[in-house]
Amino acid sequence: MAFHRILRSFTALALITAALLTQIAGCSSKDGDTAQPGTSLTLLNVSYDPTRELYKEVNAAFADDYRRKTGIDVRIEQSHGGSGKQARSVIDGLQADVVSLALGYDIDQIAAKASLLPADWQCRLPCNSSPFTSTIVMLVRKGNPRAIRDWGDLTRQGVSVITPNPKTSGGARWNYLAAWAFAQRNGRDPREFLAALYANVAVLDLGARGSTTTFVQRNIGDVLLTWENEAYLALKEFGADRFEVVVPSISVLCETPVAVVDTVAMRHGTRNAAEAYLQFLYTPQAQDIAARHGFRPRDASVAARYADKFAPLVLVGIDSFGGWPQAQARHFAQGGLFDQLYGGR
Amino acid sequence: MQGLATNHGSAGRVLDPGGGFVRRGLIGLALCFVALFLVLPLVAVFHGAFEKGWRLYLAAIAQPEALAAVKLTLLATAIALPLNLLFGLAAGWAITKFRFRGKNLLVALIDLPFSVSPVIAGLIFVLLFGMQGWFGPWLADHDLRVVFAVPGIVLATVFVTLPMVARALIPLMQDQGHDDELAALSLGASGLQTFWRVTLPNIKWGLLHGVILASARAMGEFGAVSVLSGHIAGRTNTLPLHVEALYNEYQFAAAFAVASLLALFALVTLALKSWVEYRTEGKAS
Amino acid sequence: MAGRRVIPGFGLSLGFTLFYLGLLVLLPLAALVVKASSLGFAGFAQVLGSPQVQAALRVSFVSAAIAALGNGLFGLLLAWVLVRYRFIGRRAIDALVDLPFALPTAVAGIALATLYAPQGWIGQWFARADIQIAYTRAGIVVALTFVGLPFVVRTLQPVLLDLDAEVEQAARSLGASRWQTFSRVILPALVPALITGMTLAFARAAGEYGSVVFIAGNMPGQTEIAPLVIMTRLEQFDYAGATAVGAAMLAVSLLLLLAVNLLQAWTRRKLGGA
Repeated sequence: MAFHRILRSFTALALITAALLTQIAGCSSKDGDTAQPGTSLTLLNVSYDPTRELYKEVNAAFADDYRRKTGIDVRIEQSHGGSGKQARSVIDGLQADVVSLALGYDIDQIAAKASLLPADWQCRLPCNSSPFTSTIVMLVRKGNPRAIRDWGDLTRQGVSVITPNPKTSGGARWNYLAAWAFAQRNGRDPREFLAALYANVAVLDLGARGSTTTFVQRNIGDVLLTWENEAYLALKEFGADRFEVVVPSISVLCETPVAVVDTVAMRHGTRNAAEAYLQFLYTPQAQDIAARHGFRPRDASVAARYADKFAPLVLVGIDSFGGWPQAQARHFAQGGLFDQLYGGR
Repeated sequence: MQGLATNHGSAGRVLDPGGGFVRRGLIGLALCFVALFLVLPLVAVFHGAFEKGWRLYLAAIAQPEALAAVKLTLLATAIALPLNLLFGLAAGWAITKFRFRGKNLLVALIDLPFSVSPVIAGLIFVLLFGMQGWFGPWLADHDLRVVFAVPGIVLATVFVTLPMVARALIPLMQDQGHDDELAALSLGASGLQTFWRVTLPNIKWGLLHGVILASARAMGEFGAVSVLSGHIAGRTNTLPLHVEALYNEYQFAAAFAVASLLALFALVTLALKSWVEYRTEGKAS
Repeated sequence: MAGRRVIPGFGLSLGFTLFYLGLLVLLPLAALVVKASSLGFAGFAQVLGSPQVQAALRVSFVSAAIAALGNGLFGLLLAWVLVRYRFIGRRAIDALVDLPFALPTAVAGIALATLYAPQGWIGQWFARADIQIAYTRAGIVVALTFVGLPFVVRTLQPVLLDLDAEVEQAARSLGASRWQTFSRVILPALVPALITGMTLAFARAAGEYGSVVFIAGNMPGQTEIAPLVIMTRLEQFDYAGATAVGAAMLAVSLLLLLAVNLLQAWTRRKLGGA
C-alpha cells in the first residue's frame, strides 16, 4: 500500500543521504602546499558583519590578481557574524584560513585559547596588521532635528541613542570607548558620562547591522552610533536624503586587524595563498576598494584621493586604554564598568 | 503535546451551547486573535517579499547562495526525518505497549528538546564536538568535521525535531491499546507481521501527521543551527540562516522573499496536515 | 496492561529508544552539566546569583508565564471555537494554528518586529495611545505568545472532542445555565489538559531566543532574556558561566515536563478507573 512505499522510500533516502554525508565530511580540502599553476584552491575568510560588501569586491579582485601572477585559481569563501562569535567559532573548530575581525582582542583570544597562531601575530603585517581602519561617527535624521554635533549632546534629556550591546558586538565596544575618550578629554567624569549616555539608549541590538536596521527601518532613536563605513553604507542603501553623518570632535582609531590562521592554513596547504591575500589588502588597488566602501585607507596616495570623504578629527587608539586586554578586563568583562552601568555587580 | 495526534472525534456531533449571539461573539473574538497573531505576520512576510516586485523576488530565490541553502536545508531534513521516524515508532511501541518503571521520566526526556533553549541546543554539540570539546581533537586527528559543517547542522536538526513523531504517536497508540496486537499474535502472526499489518495501518495517519510537522520544524530551525553552522555563504547556510544573512546585508526584500519560501513550505505542510486530518475524520465517521 | 510477556519487541524498542535518547539528548546535555559543574558549587551559585542573570531569568520566566496565561485564555477560546462551531474558514484556521511551529523563529521575530514597531501596521495604533510594544517587555510577551500558541490549542482539541455531550445535555436539562454548564461541567474536565498545554507553552517560551531578540530591546535588567545572557557570557568566552545558566534553565524545564507527565498519567488513571 502507498504508505509502506512512503516508508520504504524514506529509508532509502536516509541511506543515500548518510552516504553523501560521510563523503562531504571526508573530503575537506586537501590542497598540496605548493599548488601548481592550473589548479585551484579555496580560502575561508572569517570576518565580522560590516565587511560583507567590502570583501565581496576585494575577493574578486584578488582572485584575478592571483590567477595572473601564479596561474592558480583561488576561490574565497566568506563567513560573517558578530566579531566575538566568529572568533569563538574559529576557536571551536571553524576552518578559517584567514580571520579579519573587528578588534585585535578577538584574534588574541584565538591565539590564547586555541594556539592556532602565535601570540605576536599583530607584528607580522604592517600597520598593526590592520590594512585599513575606521572610526566611530554618528548618523542622524535629515536636517539633524535634535541638533546633535558631538558626544556631549548624547546625554541631553530626551535624546534617544541607538548603539549595539558591547557584550555581543565589537563595534559597540569602539562606540563605548569613543564616548569614554571624549569624556576624559573634556573634563567630564567618564563613568557618569557613560551612565548618562547609556540611560538614553533605546534599544541595544546584538550587532551593528541590527542597530542600523532599528534606526533606519523601525525609525527608532535620534542618533545611531556606528562605524564610519556603516554610516556611509546606510546613506547609500537608505538614501542620503533621509540621513546625514555627524563627525564628532574626537573618536577612536578602530584598527580592524587581519591574520593568517597558521595551523589551519598549513593543514589546508593554503598558507602561501592566504599570505598573498592579506598582502594584497595593502596594495593600492585593494586600498582603493576599501576607501570606496568607507574604510580609511593606510596608503597615503589613496588616502589623498579620498581626503574629502574622511573628515579629519582627533583619533585615539586602543593604546590609550592600555591595550585590548586591559580595556576588556576593565570595561567589558563580567562585572566590569559596562555591567555596572546597568546595576550589575 | 497530546494534540499532535489527529482529531479522531466525529465531525457530526456538533453541540452549540451558546445561542447565536455568544457563538458569533466567540467566533469573532477567535478570528480577531488569529488575524492579529497568525495571519498578519504571514501577510507581513509576503508583503515584504513582493514589495520590490516579482523580478526581484525570483532573482532572490534563484541566487546560487539561496539554492545552496535550499539544498542544505532539504538534505538536513531528509536525514533527520527518517531517524526521528524510527525513533518515534520505537518509543511509541515501548511506551504504549508495555509497563515499566520510570516511564514518566522517559516521556519527559523525550519532550525535553522542545523546551531546551535553541542556544543551548547548539552549544551542547559544540561542547561535545568542538575543538575544545570532548571529541573535537580526536575528530580533527581523523580529519572529520562535525561542527561548522553539514553533520553539525544535521545533528542540531535531529535534536530539535526529536520529540515530534514520538509525540504524535504516543497518545494515539495509548488510545488504541493493544487488543488488536494481542489478537493478531494469538492467531499466530509474528511480531514483525503484527507491527507491519496491524499496528502500522492503525497509526499511519498519526504518523504522517507527525512527520509533516517535524519536516516543517526541521526546515525552519534557526537558533541551534546558527550556533553550529559557521555561516559560510553558499556552503553551511541553511535557509533560515540565509534569510538572516540577507537581512544583515540590508536586502530586506530578498530576505523576505527567501523567508516567504519557508513560509510557503510551512503552508504547504500545514495544508497537507489538514488533508491528513480530513482523511482521518472521513474514515472515523 | 499486562502485555509484557505476550507482545514482542520490548527489549528492542526500549533499547533503541534509550540508545537514541542517550546519544542525542542525554550525552550532549551531560556535557552541559559537566561543563557547568567545573565552576563548583560556589561558582555556580555566584553566576546564578549575579543581578544580571537574576534579572534576565526573571524577565524570561515572567514573560513566559504571562504569555502562557494569554495562551491559556486564547488557546481555550480557539480550541473551543474550532471544535464546537462550524464556520467558513474553520479548517484553514485549524491548519494555521501550527504556523508558529513551522515558521522559522528568526522570520517570526522579524515579521513581528515589523508589525509591532511604532511605524508598523499594528504598532502605529498603539503608538497613538502612546503605548510602545516592540522593544519593551510587551514585545517579548507578544513573541512568546506566538511561539507557545500551538501547544495549548493542540492539547485541548482532542480532550474537547472526547467530552461527553450527554453530560452537558443532562446539566442543561437539570436547569443549569449556559455559563454554569461551562464553568461547572466542561471547564473542570479541561483543566488537566489546559495546565499541560500551558506548561508546555511556558517551557518552550522560557528558552525561546530567535524570535525574541528581534523584538526585545535587549536592555540588561529590563528586556534582556536569559538565553541572551547565555550568549553574552559565551561572547566573553565564559563557557562555564554560560553553561551554568543553561543548566539551571534545563533543570526547570525537566521538572516542569516531569510534573506535566505525572499529571497526565494521573488523569488517565482517574478517567480509566471511572
